[in-house]
Formats: sequence, C-alpha cells, structure tokens
Amino acid sequence: MNQPLHLIDEFRDPAKAGALIDDIRRLLPRIERARQSPLQLMEFCGGHTHTIFRYGLEQLLPEGIELVHGPGCPVCVLPRGRVDACVALAERPEVILATFGDAMRVPGSHKSLLQAKAEGADVRMVYSPLDALALARKHPERQVVFFALGFETTMPSTALTVLAAAHEQIENFSLFCNHITTAPTIQAVLDTPGMVLDGFLAPGHVGMVIGTGPFRSIAERYRKPMVITGFEPLDILQSLWMLIKQIAAGRAEVENQYQRVVRRDGNAPGLTAMATVFEPHSTCQLRGLGSIGESGVRIRDSYARFDAERRFKVPDLTIADPAACQCGEVIKGAIRPWQCQAFGNSCTPQAPLGALMVSSEGACAAYYNYGNLPELLARQRQAQQGAAAS
Amino acid sequence: MNRPADKPGQHLAADTITLAHGAGGKAMRQLIDTVFVAGFANNLLSPLEDQARLDLDDLLGEGDQLAMTTDCYVVDPLFFPGGDIGKLAVAGTVNDLAVGGAIPRYLSCGMIIEEGLPLDTLRRVVASMKSTADAAGVRIVTGDTKVVHRGAADKLFINTAGIGVIPRGIHIASQRARPGDAILINGHIGDHGAAIADARGEMSLHTDIQSDCRPLNALVQTMLAACPDIHCLRDATRGGVATVLNEFAQASDACLRIDDTRLPIRAEVRGLCELLGLDPLYLANEGKLLAVVPADAADAVLAAMRADPAGEHSVCIGHVAEAPTGSVILQTGFGGERIMDMLVGEQLPRIC
Repeated sequence: MNQPLHLIDEFRDPAKAGALIDDIRRLLPRIERARQSPLQLMEFCGGHTHTIFRYGLEQLLPEGIELVHGPGCPVCVLPRGRVDACVALAERPEVILATFGDAMRVPGSHKSLLQAKAEGADVRMVYSPLDALALARKHPERQVVFFALGFETTMPSTALTVLAAAHEQIENFSLFCNHITTAPTIQAVLDTPGMVLDGFLAPGHVGMVIGTGPFRSIAERYRKPMVITGFEPLDILQSLWMLIKQIAAGRAEVENQYQRVVRRDGNAPGLTAMATVFEPHSTCQLRGLGSIGESGVRIRDSYARFDAERRFKVPDLTIADPAACQCGEVIKGAIRPWQCQAFGNSCTPQAPLGALMVSSEGACAAYYNYGNLPELLARQRQAQQGAAAS
Repeated sequence: MNRPADKPGQHLAADTITLAHGAGGKAMRQLIDTVFVAGFANNLLSPLEDQARLDLDDLLGEGDQLAMTTDCYVVDPLFFPGGDIGKLAVAGTVNDLAVGGAIPRYLSCGMIIEEGLPLDTLRRVVASMKSTADAAGVRIVTGDTKVVHRGAADKLFINTAGIGVIPRGIHIASQRARPGDAILINGHIGDHGAAIADARGEMSLHTDIQSDCRPLNALVQTMLAACPDIHCLRDATRGGVATVLNEFAQASDACLRIDDTRLPIRAEVRGLCELLGLDPLYLANEGKLLAVVPADAADAVLAAMRADPAGEHSVCIGHVAEAPTGSVILQTGFGGERIMDMLVGEQLPRIC
C-alpha cells in the first residue's frame, strides 16, 4: 500500500532480503565448525542500529550471529560536562543556540537543552549549520552559537559554514565544537581489554567523507574484517554476508558495500574544508569510552574568532556518569542493554539516566522501544537472581 | 458575544486587531457584529445572549446520549496547504464527537487573538470555520473573544467545544477490541503532519503535500449504518496512528498486530520522513480515523468507507490478537516484527 519511492524501495525488497539471509545461512556452517561461540559482529553506527531494529533484522538472522551495537551515535557519546557547557552557553541572554533536533533531549547533569528552552533560553532547532548562519544574519544584535556535533558525516557542512561566515564577515556566529573522528573511536573499542569482536560494519556516511583508507589501516592493524555499509536493510544484510564470507575465508580486509555513495578517496572538497577549519585535538572525552587520543577536533587558530569556547570562556567540566549507568559497557559491546541493571528500571526513555536511552539511535532506546520489553526485563531479573545465587 | 451591537452591518475602521477589540466597548461590539455574527450567520448565535439556547426535544429525537468535547487549536502557520486554523478548529472538534458515534450539532468558538493580527486574516479564518461547519452540518452558536498583548499569544489561538447526540444502540469504546477483530483506516497516513512540517518552510522543500483536515462525521455515520456494532473508533491526531493503536491495545488489554506492507502512506510523505528521520506512524492526521470492527463486518464497513469521499483509500491494516496484551506489534515486510510503542515526547529530526 505504501506508494513506491524510487531509490529507497529497491533497497527494502523483502524477496532480495530473503535471498541474502539464505546466503548467510549457507555460509555459516563453514565458520561454526571451527568455533565454539557465536560470531560477534559490531555495527559501529547508530544509523545502522536504527535500521536493524526498525526492520526487525536481528530476528531474521541465524543463531550463530550476534550483532553488537557500537558507539557510533554522536549524541550518545557526548559527555555530560559538554551538555552542561552547552546549556550554560544557551542560558546567556545574548545567545541564540542553534542545534540539531535530537541533541535537544540529551540530559546534562542538571538539565537538557529542551528544559533550558522551557526555562527561557533561546534554543532553535535547525536542520543544517547554514540555517544557524542564516539566524546570525537575521539577528545581528545577538550571538548565534551552533552546537556542532557528529562524526565526519556532519563535519564538512560545519566547516563550510565557518568558511561562509568568514567570507561574509559574519562576526556574531560561532561554533561550540564537539566533532569527533571515527577511526580513533573504533580503535578505542578494539583496544578494550577482553573485547571479542569478529568484524565490523563500518559507517557508510563517514566513508562517503573520508574514503576507505582510514578503515584499511585499522583492519590491517587489528586483523578484523570491515565492510563499509549503507543504511537500508538490504545494505546491512548484504554487508553481513560480505563480512561472514571474509571470516570464512580467513580474510581481514576493508570492502565497500556502499559503492553507490562511498568513493575510495572520499569527498575531496569536504576533506579540504575540514582540514582548513579543524585540526586534531590531543585527546577527547567520549561518554562511556573515556579519554581517546586524537579523537576530537578543534577549530584552528586562524578561525579562532568562530570558536564559541574562546569567545565565551566556556567552563571545561568533567562530570562522571551516574554510578548505576553502564552505557560505557554497552557502547563497547561488553554487555547488552538489558544486562544493565538500570535498563527499564531507573533508566527509561521517559527519564533517561544514560545517553543511550536518549537518542532514537541509542542501543538502549532501540531495545526499549522496539524490543519485547517484558521478555527483556524477565531475562534481566533471571540474570540478577543467577548472580545473587552464585 | 454577549451584547447585541447597536448598528448591525457597520464596518470596522481598523485593519488590524488592537487591544480595544477585546476591551468590551464599541470596538469589540463592532468586531463581534461584523466578523463573527455576520460570518457564522445562524439564528442561534444572532440573539447574542450570554448563552446559546438549544432545543432539548430536537436533540432527544436523535438519540439517548449527549456527547460533549473541547479542543484548543494553536497551529503555526495559520494557513497551510489543505487547510487553516479555522477549518482545523471545526473539523477537529466535529471529529472528536463523531468518533464516539455522535451526530455533531453545536459548537462554541473561543478566540485568543494577539494584538496586531490583520483583520483580514481573522475574516478568512471565520469564513473557513463557517464553510467547514456547513459541510459538517453543525452550527457555531456561542463564543468569546480575548485580545492579548503582543507576544502573549502567537497570532491566534482557537478553542471550540462541541455537543452532539449519540443514537441509541451505539457503544463505541476503546476497551472493546477483541481477538479476531479487523483494524481499518480511512486513507493515507501522516499527510497533516508532513504538510505542516513543510509549510513551516524550514526545509525549503517544494512538495505538494496537502493536510487531510476534514470533518469525518458523515463517514462515521456511513460506517455505523454498515455495522452498528463498531467496537473502537478514534481519530489519529497528535501522536498519530501509532498512539491511537496503543491506546486501543492498552484499554482493551489486547495485542494489535499491524502489517507494515498494508499501511497507506503517500510517496511525498515517505520522502519527507526519510529526509528528516521521522516516522509517519507518529505524524499527526486531521482527517484519519482508526476503526476496530468485528471480522465478519469488516468487508461491509470497508465497502461503505470506500464509497464516502473521506474514505476512498480505506484499507484493513491488521487484526487484533490475544498476546502480548497491551502491545502493538508491527510485522515488517521482511517477516520480522517489532513493537510499535508510544513516543515519549515530540519526534525530533535526527542528526545524520
């Protein structure tokens, strides 16, 4: 009944999905003979997690495959101290704070941007950083601060906006920069002690910007197969099949499933804009993963006048996650969302304790919203009782 | 509208609404007379007493229960493709009566106007309310007007309350979904929410999505004629189709199973949702209802719905099952399943 949507529906064809699942099923016995435990495959990106749950893909896969939901949701890994700093910026009377929609609900240690807005802060939802620049043009008497966040997917548009602001000499515009880079974050996951991952679905939209090279060096160094993956259900199923084929053949390469978008060298103008405006930051705190070397970026000195942190002297706050929150373990794939004691109890989408429950792309929110909640909570109780008995 | 104007038909001098139009003096009387009484044009309103007087015998002739509802309308922008705040304020309240099986009869109209609203805007809204009321067969019989300082309201807020009569023998209730029942919808999902998102102009898209805003009372009466024992009926406004289905599932302690491939969604609406990361199942509708009907009556009700202009795209989207109780399960085209829960708050577009 859905009216057809060209270039979308082709990638949601149930018959083709069935064929791919059959192919995966046929491959699996070759691997299983050689191993005791299920394959642990991580989808890094929150967009992939969203698709997996929206289409119920996990339940269609054979038992020998477990999907581990990774840290690739920029809203989820934002530390609480940064949200607090952003709220403090938004509460300055001269500031209009412009932000992407799903960052508005992320809780800081006291409040979210949505709450700050209700209390009188001027917070505006935008769809693009260029919308924030338009606000700055329209309100020359105010200071417009754009809450810049995201992996390399959103970085070129932020960089181009800064270049446009510089070109037009718009002086009442600045960035509160929280961009992070993908490769160091994947390495942090792989460096986690006890981490047992057999392969990665790598983020397609990051690949569109940075190309395939950065993934290649990780695959070689850690001997883990990677497939750069698109965001439709067939993309994910085909990529899983490609990953399993690599594992069966004992290969650990980077393959590009998302060829309709991702080029080997990425997007040259985007990369140039990023390199012009941003430089690597020594270390960056990521919620759940802690301090990761070279994962952050900062605005270069030549564009310092567009840096909200230098313009407003934003406090550098480090605030620990709530003790009951195990987002970090979930992000690293060490436990499943329902294995966190707070899941569904003190942490729900109505009152989120951890960031993974806030964003619609967070693994906990996906389990809570799309999973069978009573069953998950029963498993949680059983595990708890089991732990108490032992 | 509590005093007769002394010079009916007099023209208003100002071209914008000022605080004087809400101050109870001559300016207000002129506004009431030239805009509201002239616009709503009916003999129950024109005496301008402090209350409308409604004939009880007349109401008793239509049924044995009085239905009453109220709703506030604060849409931005005031005019959007397929409708405006006036059409919405009448159709919305008419529909809230209609989905209880009631025949809507009378509406009230309370307006909160921000000073500076162009008078012409108000006239257009009133004209739209009148034509929608005529189409639905209801009369706007009483009202109130307040004008507030600039910034204290956003242009124009409208409240309408409505009274209708429920014919004997109708027992529509959200607790009545039973295993085996069919779940029907009268057409495409999410048109209103998508039209409003587009009309706000934040995305600079050029689509021709129209709001589905329209009265549904005639459609409901057609459905009841085909099957007086409709179990559940609700219009899927704020919170969208997903929210209403959850309300039925929880109230009936049943499981509603929906087939994703049967959900009617226009390509333009799907496209907008894909771009913004929104789910059409949570978008508001203003002319869509969901019905839960006994399985053996489903074909007759569907045929009746399709014969009505407000239901030509009606389809069956699923059925009621026993377990897990209180839940809505979406069967995806891939053979997978997922829970379709209510939203916590507003849907927010995703970053990437």
